[in-house]
Amino acid sequence: MNIKPISSPHVSSARRVDDIMKKVILALLPALGFGIFLFGWSALFLTMVTVLSALFFEAVCLKLKGSTIESYLRDGSVIVTGLLVAMTLPPYAPWWIGVVGSGLAIILGKHVYGGLGQNLFNPAMLARVALLISFPIEMTTWVNVSPFFTGLDILESFKITFSGVEISDAITGATTLGFVKTGFSQAQLLPDLLNDYSGFLAFIGWERGSLGETSTLLILLGGIWLMRQGIIQWFIPVSLLASVTFLSTLFNLIDSTHYLSAWVHLNSGALMLVAFFIATDYVTSPNTPLGQLIFGTGCGVLIFVIRSWGGYPEGTGFAVLLMNSVTPLIDHYIRPRIYGRTRDGKPIEGG
Amino acid sequence: MFEFLENPKFRGGIHAEEHKAETCDKPIATNLPLPKKLYIPVQQHVGKPAEPIVKVGEHVLKGQLLAYSQGTISAPVHAPSSGVILDVQDFPAPHPSALPIRTIVIETDGEEKWFKYAIPEKPFELAPEEICLRVGGAGVVGLGGAVFPSAVKLNLGRKNQIHTLLINAGECEPYLTCDDLLMQERAVEIIGGIRLMLRGMNAPKAIVGIEDNKARAFSEMTEASKNFPEISVVQVPTRYPMGWDRQMLRYLTGKEIPADGRATDVGVIIHNVATANAVYQAVCLSKPLISRVMTVSGGAVSKPQNVEVLIGTLMSEVLAFCDVENEKLARLIMGGPMMGEVLPHADVPVVKASSGILALSHEDIFEPEVKPCIRCSSCVTACPVGLLPLEMASRIKANKLDAAVDLGLKDCISCGSCSYVCPSNIPLVHYFKFASGELFSRQQREHKAEQTKRLAKNRTNRMERIKAEAEEDARRVMEARAARQAAEAKAQEENA
Repeated sequence: MNIKPISSPHVSSARRVDDIMKKVILALLPALGFGIFLFGWSALFLTMVTVLSALFFEAVCLKLKGSTIESYLRDGSVIVTGLLVAMTLPPYAPWWIGVVGSGLAIILGKHVYGGLGQNLFNPAMLARVALLISFPIEMTTWVNVSPFFTGLDILESFKITFSGVEISDAITGATTLGFVKTGFSQAQLLPDLLNDYSGFLAFIGWERGSLGETSTLLILLGGIWLMRQGIIQWFIPVSLLASVTFLSTLFNLIDSTHYLSAWVHLNSGALMLVAFFIATDYVTSPNTPLGQLIFGTGCGVLIFVIRSWGGYPEGTGFAVLLMNSVTPLIDHYIRPRIYGRTRDGKPIEGG
Repeated sequence: MFEFLENPKFRGGIHAEEHKAETCDKPIATNLPLPKKLYIPVQQHVGKPAEPIVKVGEHVLKGQLLAYSQGTISAPVHAPSSGVILDVQDFPAPHPSALPIRTIVIETDGEEKWFKYAIPEKPFELAPEEICLRVGGAGVVGLGGAVFPSAVKLNLGRKNQIHTLLINAGECEPYLTCDDLLMQERAVEIIGGIRLMLRGMNAPKAIVGIEDNKARAFSEMTEASKNFPEISVVQVPTRYPMGWDRQMLRYLTGKEIPADGRATDVGVIIHNVATANAVYQAVCLSKPLISRVMTVSGGAVSKPQNVEVLIGTLMSEVLAFCDVENEKLARLIMGGPMMGEVLPHADVPVVKASSGILALSHEDIFEPEVKPCIRCSSCVTACPVGLLPLEMASRIKANKLDAAVDLGLKDCISCGSCSYVCPSNIPLVHYFKFASGELFSRQQREHKAEQTKRLAKNRTNRMERIKAEAEEDARRVMEARAARQAAEAKAQEENA
């Protein structure tokens, strides 16, 4: 018989890291699929390049570290990172943007900190922000909605992604947030700036934007499903969306000519994807419910501040990274109350 | 502020696969063959070990006192069957180490002849002190696993004027159904025991908390208690660790026991439901605690069931009775799978604390590879105490034990909820037990160093004192000699 000291418990739940990651991938698929449908073959090529290069960089890093490659690659966390990087890229971005993005995410975002579970910043957001600063043209060229079979054919799309063909200005435009920001700088005002805006199409996702970010509806569905599966908790998404809604409504009421309504904010940019899939990243968000509420609220406030008064039209990436950096601080100060003790850790009074 | 984030009645916890169906509908087996030899350890309780009063070769009757209780916190042990005392020797204890402890061995004679104790005519009219005395004399200890001498607790309750007796019938550990079966079959006795406990403590009311997965036990207990308005039987949700006494108390009364305190601080005493049965046996029938009901289950057991077992029976005999398949057996566990301890082998005796023995198969204990922590904080959500298991484990891994203590390591109850939910299969409880052990040995070392320092200092003082005394003596002798010489000189002078 075995006499090696074994500690209780002797049973464990069936849920493993692999299952969690599989469910996250499943939850991302509708929004990703819609993005590929919306922007055609190029979107598919870019996604494949990004995910495959993420796997490649992970394998190289694991090899250098001397870890077992197979079990780590199989757990799915790399695919999640790869997918998230791809979903935040402009659909017609060239292949090397995907490769560099994955490299930044996996090497700089994850392995320099010690690998899975050790990173301070969300790898996908780190990659997005680094790319945006380094390659502003490629990262802000937004192609018009051009669904499969109506847009470019497979060969033209292949050229767009892999051979750096110039993208014609005729098929590109600005995102809602970018358009409004430029408009403000030219002394134009709301609501005229939004004459062509359809709140409904934005909700469905029928608009220009990053590969997998446009459809509020599908991301919301995936996020709610993840919550029901118990993979993520409501604290971060709800506090994030609530704070953006509150601030945008407040300022919109004060001055509706300079501040976008909550509906436009909620249906624009990466907000939904960030609320449900990025800010909820286990590794880089706080451990406790209260900590998560603070984190989510902080992200929401920063997103609104950067969108409204910052130099960039979209602020989600910066907001998440800033809040990531204070996560250890939040975790240090916000701890659950221990049974029989006050929040300060002293025994409660009897009786 | 922010207390709304905290469920005031139940915090954390898990839904583990119950595995209770295998045993909860089968009657308690009382036909376990009488063992040839019984091995009765003198320490089966918290406190000082009992002192044997029987001699080798002496014939004892069933229920006769074998070893008496020593000191205020202790409990006696009695002969589970009649026979001859073979030996008082060291024998492997039911403990993960199976290290030997002092054990009385009886060779049974098969007569099962009872030692005659006087049975009280009106047990429910006995004085409270008398009830406590009888409970103590019968060697009744907490049968939920803590094995604290019950009489001490009853006296404590009377002295502290408690307002509620809480009967813990949570039995939240998977597999275990011994309390469930006891309530199904012996509800009247249990209610009798509760009434005696109330009287013994001068307490006005009792609440019995039963998890809602034990419907039959609940209806039997409700039925048995219907004439006693002071006893209320209530259902509590099935969620591990509901049977953690402090959790049960919080759920039923909304009160929390201070971290440095006891249940009496909030006017409550908590007893296990099986203990109530033992109290009834002790007071009404004058039967000492010489047997208990235990669950025998697990994937390697062909006939899982609850068995009434004489204390001192070897676990191997109980397992053989339930047809354990040795080729399937992967791990032997004493108690439940969440908090139970591993047994290196089954040739150890059943003791008062033995609520169950599980022979788990390889499928039961499927153990996937340990992966890095992904900080999913499932463990934080699952912890019923409100700790941060992932943070504590990372501190312990870095050998920062004091930092782990600051995070609340000493408040950990080792319930295993964190390890259970961990998707990376990190053995969190193992870390905490290791750290607690390290802290204990460090404390021992510090204590030893302090003692050594104190003794060395004492010695130095003593040596200095001796030296000073010797000098003082020498000085006195010199002075006396000088005085004498002076006197002699003076006398000589005078003489001259």
